[in-house]
Amino acid sequence: METILKHNELSLEKSRPGRRGVRFSAAQKGAAAYLPQAYLRKTAPKLPELSEFETVRHFTCLSELNYCLDGEFYPLGSCTMKYNPKAYDLLSSLDGFTQVHPFAPESSVQGTLEMLYHFQELLKKVTGLSAFTLQPAAGAHGELTGILTARAYHDARKDFKRTEVIVPDTAHGTNPATAHMAGYTVINIKSASDGCVDKEALQNALSDKTAVVMLTVPNTVGLFEKDIREIADMVHKAGALFYLDGANFNALAGLVKPADLGADLMHLNVHKSFAAPHGGGGPGAGPVGAAAHVAPFLPKPMVECKNGKYTLTGKMPKSLGKMKAFYGNVAVCLRGYCYLRQFDDSTFKDIGENAVLNANYVRVALKGKFNAFFDRTCMHECVLSVNPAEMNGVHTSDIAKRLLDYGFYAPTIYFPLIVPEAIMIEPTETESKQMLDAFVRVMEKIYDEIHTEPQTVKDAPHSQCVCRIDEVSAAREPNLRW
Amino acid sequence: MFIPHTEQDRKEMLEKIGVSSVKELLAQIPQELLYPVLDLPRALTEQELSSHVRALAARNKPLKNFIGAGIYEHFIPAAVGALSSRGEFLTAYTPYQAEASQGTLQTIYEFQSCICSLFDMDVATASHYDGATALAEAVLACLRVTGRKEILISAALHPHYKEVLKTYVRHQEGVLVKESPVGQDGTLDLAALEQNLSNQTACFVLATPNFFGCLEQAEEVSARVHQVGALLTALVSPLALGVMQTPGSYNADFAVAEGQPLGNAMNFGGPGLGIMTAKKAYMRQLPGRIVGIAKDKNGRRAFVLTLQAREQHIRREKASSNICSNEALCALNAVIYLTLLGPKGLQEVAELNLERSHQLAELLGKVPGFKLKFAAPFFNEFVLECPVPAKKVIQKLEKKGISAGYALGADWKGFENCLLVCATETKTEADLKAYAAALEGI
Repeated sequence: METILKHNELSLEKSRPGRRGVRFSAAQKGAAAYLPQAYLRKTAPKLPELSEFETVRHFTCLSELNYCLDGEFYPLGSCTMKYNPKAYDLLSSLDGFTQVHPFAPESSVQGTLEMLYHFQELLKKVTGLSAFTLQPAAGAHGELTGILTARAYHDARKDFKRTEVIVPDTAHGTNPATAHMAGYTVINIKSASDGCVDKEALQNALSDKTAVVMLTVPNTVGLFEKDIREIADMVHKAGALFYLDGANFNALAGLVKPADLGADLMHLNVHKSFAAPHGGGGPGAGPVGAAAHVAPFLPKPMVECKNGKYTLTGKMPKSLGKMKAFYGNVAVCLRGYCYLRQFDDSTFKDIGENAVLNANYVRVALKGKFNAFFDRTCMHECVLSVNPAEMNGVHTSDIAKRLLDYGFYAPTIYFPLIVPEAIMIEPTETESKQMLDAFVRVMEKIYDEIHTEPQTVKDAPHSQCVCRIDEVSAAREPNLRW
Repeated sequence: MFIPHTEQDRKEMLEKIGVSSVKELLAQIPQELLYPVLDLPRALTEQELSSHVRALAARNKPLKNFIGAGIYEHFIPAAVGALSSRGEFLTAYTPYQAEASQGTLQTIYEFQSCICSLFDMDVATASHYDGATALAEAVLACLRVTGRKEILISAALHPHYKEVLKTYVRHQEGVLVKESPVGQDGTLDLAALEQNLSNQTACFVLATPNFFGCLEQAEEVSARVHQVGALLTALVSPLALGVMQTPGSYNADFAVAEGQPLGNAMNFGGPGLGIMTAKKAYMRQLPGRIVGIAKDKNGRRAFVLTLQAREQHIRREKASSNICSNEALCALNAVIYLTLLGPKGLQEVAELNLERSHQLAELLGKVPGFKLKFAAPFFNEFVLECPVPAKKVIQKLEKKGISAGYALGADWKGFENCLLVCATETKTEADLKAYAAALEGI
């Protein structure tokens, strides 16, 4: 049948000159009455012209082309796609919070400041660190904040020879990119055969030139660094700071405090561990915590409480400066605050425990067909690997696409880089046993398909509004706008 | 909370794994550190949380807002939030699996297209954290492109943007940041600019409107900047572009903006929406995500994240930036807003901003003791010189339920009596008159 309505017609293609959505009351005079001719726009911008109803239908139809966490299971390793409670949508959209200007008199924004202050306090409690800044807008922005904080710390000690940051080969790409942006030389170290840090390699890399060692805990193969405290001691002995990448904090929630592991600095992802939605790629929030000796170097200002009044203090003479305009992604922090207020000591550990339980359940259930690359108990995620020789020409990317046909989002694939054909699965604690069982059954079915009808897998997806997309040619001759 | 397992589920799962308790799975963690005391307060139910958070919101005092200074109060049509809060957008992940993310990808493509057209620039990214970080990253790109080390900025750049820029470039070997002054009328002193520019200058950062609300002679500035082989990075107001000359028209190499005015609430300043655009020649120097058109294997149009060879997950320490996310939901608000308004609506709202701010300026300038500081053209905010310190004015008007503006004294010497005042389309003529009346007798 010929398609009459195209699913992906652009708003501009639907546009008709003179059609209107929203109207404003007309100004009494045109722009020319207020501005010299030379300052005026010469031609109108090419924006779509649609009615309000057409706009609503356009974006509603587009939304229906998406998979989303509300609808589908996202076994996406390192991304912590856990349920985003609906109450926080409502509470973070209250006018009392959204209609607040960042430069409004402090006496008129006490509610927002009080919330931010207590969010900082709660983050201190769950990590054991001494201070938190809420300024970073995302995890990677938090990393940059953390590394610049470390740099300000070393510089204040006139320890200028420290020019290197050590990063293991399992690290997220943001780690080396961050270190480079902060002006450091990146020293990559190989992992040991058990997937953990190779202590000998670390010791060889450490020197009086080392500024920071960045480690993700648990690491990106889903394993807890078994010698973490010894590693922290080695780092500190060399005079360097230990930066803990908190992307995987969900696995530690309530089980262990990063400060007890020796972390000097760490970032958290509010959109991962504290249940703020991903929004299709942001906004997130990446608060950074610091131990007492590095806390004075965090970005300014911070929220303080003096005699029952909440205030932003810019009096931080050692601060690295500002990381973004204003005070952080406040609306996202509000969601994180709501989330933390719903737990106490006896329930917060349920997050970490069940995240670990779910990941190990999937790991064991898939055994025989898809095996963990490091075959032992994992934390919140398990990394599987397939042997290309047994896959009938099917690759991990094909398996990922085939999962879409069965109503599941794909796992993280080809990461970490040290695992060939990696499939990284993080179920999170909010998925039920039934959902995990269904996922396992589908993975087994795909395994069978690989051996009976590999082409079906290689041609996947078959169920989406588009078939497999040629991503390479898009970059060759980029079409990035109408 | 939020964990679905029953005791029976847990029992079956542990059995399958082959352990008798979850604690056995945690043997990797140093046992003496396990289960620390957190000292969290009592857990709240949803109902209790709702009361508590509503009480916090009520502790914020609503004032009639006349502050701009980088974040602007605008009317947001209901359809914006109704659409962007759909779970299909709100709870989707970054669109790496393109086939299952066509909705998000197409909205980003449309966002990039609307922004390019509004700015008259060749390429736009999927967005950055906020205007300040977008500016800082554009400047970093200018350093890479030119290989030069000197950054010249307008002295009338937003103070937060200056600080963020300095943070971002501080550790780039040999890089210097210099300011070029503004003259009596609140705009750049062109003669001084000419002197400050040299063949060492990597880029000039122009803000128009500048922090005082004044509009710059962008073409004059651009000609001088390009004459020395430097690049022009323009920081603009996206809403003003409904009527104002575009960065493309005066040959900007990079143009950035805080996109919050396009359909995003103030939210105490965050999240923002960093808009980042450039000439095509600098496309591969851009930081962060970009969406492009591709074809699926049946030749049908599809959308994908593209040019990823610039990004951290591919290039690691050689990437153009460490940025990993974008402000997708804020960009979605912006593209829905622009689609609802269209070219005519955007022009209307821009004209209303011009009108309201000029009406207010006229009213306030007539209050005895108060006068307008600068004569240059402005868009929706201006500097009011008061007979007393601006901070005093703010305190007095707060008592009358008015948020009077931003006191400039903290950032500019000799500006202690100067107040930056903004009026957008959200203010009625009655609001403007009430402000003027409140100033009487100060």
